[in-house]
Amino acid sequence: MRQQQSLATTDAQSANSRYGVYFQEVSRQIGINFTHQVPKLDSKLDHIMPQVASMGAAVSIVDFDRDGYPDIYVTNSGEGSKNALYHNEQNGQFKEVANDLGIADVNQASSGVSMGAVWGDYDNDGFEDLFLYKWGKPELFHNEGGKSFTRVTDKAGFPAWVNANTAIWFDYDADGKLDLFLGGYYPEDVDLWHLKNTRMMPESFEYAQNGGRKYLFHNLGDGSFEEVSQKLGINTRRWALAAVAADLRGTGRPDLFIANDYGISELYVNDGKQFREVGKDAGVGFSPKSGMNAAVGDVLNSGRYAIYVSNISEEGVLIQGNNLWVPKEGITGDAVQYDNLARDMDVEIGGWSFGAQFGDLNNDGNLDLYLVNGYVSADRNKNYWYDFSKITGGNSTIISDAANWPPMEGRSLSGYQQKKVWLNDGSGKFVNVATAVGVIDNNDGRSVALVDLWNRGVLDVVVANQKGPLLVYKNTAATDNKWTDFQLEGSASNRSAIGAQVKLFWNGKQQIQSVSGGSGFCAQNDRRLHFGLGKNPNVEKAEIRWSSGKVQVIEKPLINEINKVKEPA
Amino acid sequence: MSDVRTNTIPLEATRQPRFRFDNRYIAPLFITFILLVGHLSYGILESYWKTGLAIGTALACELILGRVFYGKWLNLASAYISGISVGILVRSPAFWPYALCSAISIMSKYVLRVKGRHIWNPSNFGLSVLFFLAPETMAGLSIQWGNYLAPLLVIWILGSIIIWRARRFHISATYVLSFFLFAYLRSLITGHPFESEIAPITGPMYQLFVFFMITDPKTTVKTKWGQCLVAFLVAFAEFIFRLNQVVYAPFYALFFVGPAANLIEIWWDSRRQTGEVSTVTR
Repeated sequence: MRQQQSLATTDAQSANSRYGVYFQEVSRQIGINFTHQVPKLDSKLDHIMPQVASMGAAVSIVDFDRDGYPDIYVTNSGEGSKNALYHNEQNGQFKEVANDLGIADVNQASSGVSMGAVWGDYDNDGFEDLFLYKWGKPELFHNEGGKSFTRVTDKAGFPAWVNANTAIWFDYDADGKLDLFLGGYYPEDVDLWHLKNTRMMPESFEYAQNGGRKYLFHNLGDGSFEEVSQKLGINTRRWALAAVAADLRGTGRPDLFIANDYGISELYVNDGKQFREVGKDAGVGFSPKSGMNAAVGDVLNSGRYAIYVSNISEEGVLIQGNNLWVPKEGITGDAVQYDNLARDMDVEIGGWSFGAQFGDLNNDGNLDLYLVNGYVSADRNKNYWYDFSKITGGNSTIISDAANWPPMEGRSLSGYQQKKVWLNDGSGKFVNVATAVGVIDNNDGRSVALVDLWNRGVLDVVVANQKGPLLVYKNTAATDNKWTDFQLEGSASNRSAIGAQVKLFWNGKQQIQSVSGGSGFCAQNDRRLHFGLGKNPNVEKAEIRWSSGKVQVIEKPLINEINKVKEPA
Repeated sequence: MSDVRTNTIPLEATRQPRFRFDNRYIAPLFITFILLVGHLSYGILESYWKTGLAIGTALACELILGRVFYGKWLNLASAYISGISVGILVRSPAFWPYALCSAISIMSKYVLRVKGRHIWNPSNFGLSVLFFLAPETMAGLSIQWGNYLAPLLVIWILGSIIIWRARRFHISATYVLSFFLFAYLRSLITGHPFESEIAPITGPMYQLFVFFMITDPKTTVKTKWGQCLVAFLVAFAEFIFRLNQVVYAPFYALFFVGPAANLIEIWWDSRRQTGEVSTVTR
């Protein structure tokens, strides 16, 4: 035991001196003991159940009681299983409180099971509310001052059933009230527990347009929402798995990027009153793949966002490669165009990739990338890939019928995969250091969220695994690198400050980040923005652009501290 | 695939029309048609640059090697088919597999020869080699182009007509019928739905395989029955590979069966010629 501890200490020291970061998985030590359960869907799907019931492990970060310490909400998907809200006790321990607060028992076959959750203060009362999306009835829970939650779904006016795998809060019309995007995966008339027939699979592996519809709920300000997707130009039935909203064109308005499984990604630019799909023109909607993640990050410290989309790569069978869409230099506004630099920057091959998030893990001033992966880990010695590739090449009449799919029979499909911790070297390359920095699990990772759990100035990582444990990787970085955080609160803008952007200038460099209402795969990072600064930083200023359009400049923001900023009246 | 030379179609020698279409260009036009339909309908290409690179490399290799080995500029129809096939069938985020696969395909025609004949279909050789050597970087086309049956039927019908005119329809037909027979057998053996066993042949990869690869005149045996037998054996080898869950079963089947058949025929011809010479000498 002592020898093991000694080895671990050596590893940590070595990794810290070399990479400036080391992670220790501490979930049990801090009071978190959560294992995701999967649903048992209609028996007509028994032969391929592991790959149909393959999502639902999700994590989102929220400080639901405004005590200054981030908490963790995690979804479950088995019928009768419970979601969990881990309250940060500020002493290194977490306590499960979802049951007491009324947001645990939300998974039933009759109303569906959880796929993910996003938090946003839709009524601007200062407390983050919970939107829960499911394969089933979407639910909205109002946060009653951090002390309890009230189900307000009926008043909100959400549809009866959506097989959703992505949702994000954002204020698309800058009216100061958070709106909501909800992306369907399976069509909404499919009840996976009571199938009318087995023709519910995608009609093509790369050109499918028979998925769920998309919803854009405009916040009316009285607790109800108006569905406006088609009216505003969002009309697609691709199989959405991830979405992210960010000001991709420098217009001040959040654009909407959707990563679709079985097809191309879509980029909806926001003209203020209307959305236009420009994915093909922008270069991101050309080559169909299996989009499973959408996260934005200023990877080149250029003041612009790159978009990371995860896909599938399996040696010898399918090499889609993940996409890192980096905006071309000198082109902004409507003409925005992207190059896929995933290969050039070495973040292309990640196995059967799912959730990924950008964050400066070692505080060196460059955004790193944490990726989880692995689809179905079953029998290690038996592989379903041959049969999978056989059926996915079939005509729509064959592939779209689950009855035609060969049985999985306990076989793995891209299982037991090694995660990726890609450190950005600041000169256009990422290096995978996962095992060296202590990330050695090979669970079927789905959702990953970054957060400074203990207000120490380093980003910790929380990972939700399908049919596996919730993992908390505590960042034990021991470097001299400095940092600064921004905790924003809107006034004319939505109070959650979702959509607000901070552009930080230091040492002749700049980096832009924005407060997100959901990103990655079924995940939401902490709303607090974390900037690593490297050693001896000379921070010039932080330029905050609120979603209301106001621009606020903070000269010489505090270093190694959290800058709490309220939008000026 | 690269050597579909359709000049076996008899032309009327007595009449000299003002414009005579060279039959060698039917196959290149057809494969271009398939590419255009697929891409304009569904955007099937990984990128224009990658496909262009595959075609350009094939053409450049053919020109250079033709000049080096034969001292002349060769007709590029065959190399064009090889290049465009590689451009369609290779799936990789990297550029180099497109160039390397094309280069290997064309070079195999010049280097791997037995008694003056190359024995592998060029692009089948190039693809098989790279599937084996670079599985971490490239894969083969294994998905549908779009979701509709109609374009699929148009390509199959048009392809059949062209192959019929080229007098090689019997090869494609034998292979397709054999594929369905073996798909049925596999379904019985594995217990998997018959639909899943025939799924692959509904994809565009098989359209190229059936119309261009296994019918390649330069790498098929001479007699009609021999050609049918080889097509059947390719389907049989594929059956074995598929039972062993080999993803690129048809390519590997042709990779092994095609040259074996050619070598047997070369040996047989050589033996017969030797016998004829002996008889004359005696």
